[in-house]
Amino acid sequence: MRIPCPYCGPRDSSEFAYLGDAAPRRPADGDAEAMATYVYLRDNPAGPMDELWYHAQGCRSWLVVSRDTRDHAVSGARLAAGASA
Amino acid sequence: MRYSVFSLLGQALAGNTGWKPAWRDAAPQPRYDVIVVGGGGHGLATAYYLARTHGIANVAVLERGWIGGGNVGRNTTIVRSNYLLPGNIPLYELSMQLWEGLEQDINYNAMVSQRGVLNLYHSDGQRDAYARRGNAMRLHGIDAELLDREGVRRLYPFLNFDQARFPIQGGLLQRRGGTVRHDAVAWGYARAASDRGVDIVQNCAVTGFLREGGRITGVETTRGTIRAPKVALAVAGSSSQVAAMAGLRLPIESHVLQAFVSEGLKPIIPGVITFGAGHFYISQSDKGGLVFGGDIDGYNSYAQRGNLPVVEDVCEGGMALMPAIGRARMLRSWGGIMDMSMDGSPIIDRTPLDGLYLNAGWCYGGFKATPGSGAVFAHLIARDEPHPAATALTLGRFAAGRVVDEKGQGAQPNLH
Repeated sequence: MRIPCPYCGPRDSSEFAYLGDAAPRRPADGDAEAMATYVYLRDNPAGPMDELWYHAQGCRSWLVVSRDTRDHAVSGARLAAGASA
Repeated sequence: MRYSVFSLLGQALAGNTGWKPAWRDAAPQPRYDVIVVGGGGHGLATAYYLARTHGIANVAVLERGWIGGGNVGRNTTIVRSNYLLPGNIPLYELSMQLWEGLEQDINYNAMVSQRGVLNLYHSDGQRDAYARRGNAMRLHGIDAELLDREGVRRLYPFLNFDQARFPIQGGLLQRRGGTVRHDAVAWGYARAASDRGVDIVQNCAVTGFLREGGRITGVETTRGTIRAPKVALAVAGSSSQVAAMAGLRLPIESHVLQAFVSEGLKPIIPGVITFGAGHFYISQSDKGGLVFGGDIDGYNSYAQRGNLPVVEDVCEGGMALMPAIGRARMLRSWGGIMDMSMDGSPIIDRTPLDGLYLNAGWCYGGFKATPGSGAVFAHLIARDEPHPAATALTLGRFAAGRVVDEKGQGAQPNLH
């Protein structure tokens, strides 16, 4: 599996560390129930998914990688810093 | 047909022409008392204990594929109860005790082999952690022995004791642990449940739930509508997908775990060994193949196949532990989809929807728990209260801050 890093070009996925689904957003007001939902609950889709990968052995950027969880096909990657919120 | 040495001899003399199918391949009826979704080990065990222990035999087990085709046939067959936390220990020990009597109970040879599970340690800190774990086990009445280096050498003289980076200092041994033939567990439970009246329905995928207000009253399937006042999910690997049909989000990610078998060799490894300095574990099947595995691939996946970096990592672990296997050729590998929960422990609980019960989140420890999982889940379904061995494994424990986190990794499923 290769990840097209915007800085480094296509690199082997073993250079990256995986965090998970990029969709959850930290609730602003610290409401306990919203916080538990943010920390623990996931859609866990079977299909296309945006997820956070960290290029630990490269440019050390956080990326949002678009990948299909059914066949591991990577369709794109962008810098997480430029993503919304 | 009851299996015994006499039935075996009789069939041998009759040219094996009289064997009957082990279970009925049932067509779904319109209504049951309980529907168990998922015909894996846990679902079949649940149906069996519903019928045997609680007298509820009007049960359907709905399996999307075929019996034995899912994770019950995709594991490395290891059974043990060497857990640390009081929320987990009673369940896995219940399971261990059920393994010990399983073959007599279901009249089926599951090749339960208590050949011992040895967890190696390679540092003082790891030794202390294993001493603590062994003490926790013994406080719960479970066997555990802390071996020093010479104790391990007497069992396994061929290990690489003086490996420069991770010399072996000793190990924690559970002699009652071992291996069980996984296919036979599926077939044996299917046969025993079917004999007691449970309908095992294959090629029957659930496509939706029937609801009346906040109540689940049945399921829509590819083989028609089936009604029941209680619907129980045992679909680890696909729990999020099935629960989403009922509008539930779960604290679970699906990940792929690979396992490997070498070509058949003469007996070399009598028990189960885990490497403490990397993630690698190995045993030898009765056919002679070395069965081994390691880490999950580490990212969400429903692909049932893994990638090469993990294959390389697992094989490096094996070579560090026992260089003797370096000449053996790998025969095949496969991947299974795991419900990786947010604290590394399973969920056995009711759901916010009346009539819907959940058994999920087994991470990569589901096989060893098969009998215990079935027994406590059947108890929950039949009596609407948790079994005493599984009171901590609730769905609400995450929001309430009472997680059961064996590794202390936090809400990061790929690290459990």
